[in-house]
Amino acid sequence: MKPVERLLLESREAELRQLAKEIRRNVIKTVYHARAGHIGGPLSATDVLTALYFEVMNIRPQDPTWEGRDRFVLSKGHSAIALYCTLAERGYFSKDELHTFDEINSRLQAHPDMTVLPGLDMSTGSLGQGISSAVGIALGAKLKQAPFHTYCMIGDGESQEGQVWEAADIASKYALDNLTIFMDYNQLQQYGWAGSNGRVRQIPVLQPEARWQAFGFHVIQIDGYDMQQIVQACQDAKQTKGKPTIIIAETKKGKGVSFMEGDYLWHSRVPTDQELALAMAELEEGAV
Amino acid sequence: MAEVKLAQQISMRDVFGEKLLALSRQDERIVALDGDLANSTKLDKIAENNPEQFLQMGIAEQNMLGVAAGLATVGFQPWVCSFAAFVVKRALDQITVSIAQPKLNVKMVGAYSGLLNGCTGKSHQSLEDMAIMRSLANMIVLAPADAVELDRMMAFANEYDGPVYIRVARDPLPVIFDSASYRFELGKGIQMRRGTDVTLIATGTQTHRAIEAAVMMEKEGVSAGVLHIPSIKPIDVAAIVTAAEKTKAIVTVEEHTIYGGLGGAVAEVLGEHAPVPLERIGVRDKNGESGSNDALLQKYGLTPWHIVDGVRRVLGRKKG
Repeated sequence: MKPVERLLLESREAELRQLAKEIRRNVIKTVYHARAGHIGGPLSATDVLTALYFEVMNIRPQDPTWEGRDRFVLSKGHSAIALYCTLAERGYFSKDELHTFDEINSRLQAHPDMTVLPGLDMSTGSLGQGISSAVGIALGAKLKQAPFHTYCMIGDGESQEGQVWEAADIASKYALDNLTIFMDYNQLQQYGWAGSNGRVRQIPVLQPEARWQAFGFHVIQIDGYDMQQIVQACQDAKQTKGKPTIIIAETKKGKGVSFMEGDYLWHSRVPTDQELALAMAELEEGAV
Repeated sequence: MAEVKLAQQISMRDVFGEKLLALSRQDERIVALDGDLANSTKLDKIAENNPEQFLQMGIAEQNMLGVAAGLATVGFQPWVCSFAAFVVKRALDQITVSIAQPKLNVKMVGAYSGLLNGCTGKSHQSLEDMAIMRSLANMIVLAPADAVELDRMMAFANEYDGPVYIRVARDPLPVIFDSASYRFELGKGIQMRRGTDVTLIATGTQTHRAIEAAVMMEKEGVSAGVLHIPSIKPIDVAAIVTAAEKTKAIVTVEEHTIYGGLGGAVAEVLGEHAPVPLERIGVRDKNGESGSNDALLQKYGLTPWHIVDGVRRVLGRKKG
């Protein structure tokens, strides 16, 4: 990446970090309360979602179906909790509703359901599918000559699905420069390929940069927890003409909680009371 | 009484291409998505005459259905057309999660459906599409019997806001409906012939053969009604129940497996509302193969003579 021209004032960057921290806390509380849900993947994706919803995207939370809004598709739908906590933080619905996650009649389904929750631009859950819908949305914007931008987040694990590369091919063929994809490159999946110690389940998406370049994408690699880099990469993507952009965000599963970070066991585990307290302490509950 | 005039044969796929072109010229929401088969499916009519509303998605059906879903969310009405086998089976999870569950306005057209596919064999035949699509919540499943009906179904699909699957045949079919008077109504069957001894309930490409079979039975002194079911889902429960109560015996006829398609749907209705003897004429737990249309119909038991045999069997089991 080019030397970073600091787009964010330090005070704004601190605000975004604080928001990401609050969203992380709510992710963990939501899983704890529901006694279910993914936890490692959502914590991995939080900072990119925070930057998108609080800094980058042109949206109106009070008018979630506003036609001119930028779109977001969470292709890695298993990280729905992170998206719900971000949307709640951004004011799409009350944070109290996070307590209904995964319950019968709840608008917060285990995976994103656009038919019940305003603010969702696509239903997802079955991996590898959301990226195609994002390509369709961006293609539709081109056809209509609508100025909005489409963002999509994919996982490195779901990129084992062939559909991801079918979508990449079409995004490139139709030169969708109004499409920016984030790859949450945390290099872990639920079970995957055992590493040398038998516990590290490493992802086999090797050299994602070369793969996406081969598919005709503008590729940017960033630290997925550096707000400056996330915002800068989004601006670079919008300024890139004639091809879609993928931002490979290097992240960690379970980010923010030392005993969850990089441990595949936290893919979808519910914290005990003690673990919850430890996690909250680490995330400096209440501190600004 | 309807009789089939074999001289009037029109290709359903030609009508499909022409009709979609006409619709696309009136409705800028329409975009046609092709999986590299436009010259077979006749989607090429749009590619050649209205290229701005044609999108080539390549040989990648899973992505094609997902892209269609995305297009639908921003106000387009995508018409995705490929061989029925590939639209339905290759991309079933995508249809389920990205289109049917969110009830998006995507039209799926399964060309080359059924058994008669121009000697392409079992990988390209589609004997399960109605059963599969019928099981998806929010999905409407339609099977036209001729070119006239396909034309009206497409007009309906264009006006309807939600996912619709239309099963289209490859080869020309006899025209059995009058273009001036025919009206398609979702969920309604059409009584083609009245009869008192048995009712043949048929759909799609087999309706004209069911009519032929009924005419043959008449010569044997059997009064066979024919109820055509263009809307597999929702299905016309009232018409099926009335037919069962009136004739006390039913034979279903379809170019599809007997499991879960028309035969399955009618069996469900009869089981719940009006149990009477039932025979299902369709492909019986077999895969297809390459061959001429006549040879395939003969080997897989789909000719009018097979339908007549079904009628004889069901009459043998009819009480009273």
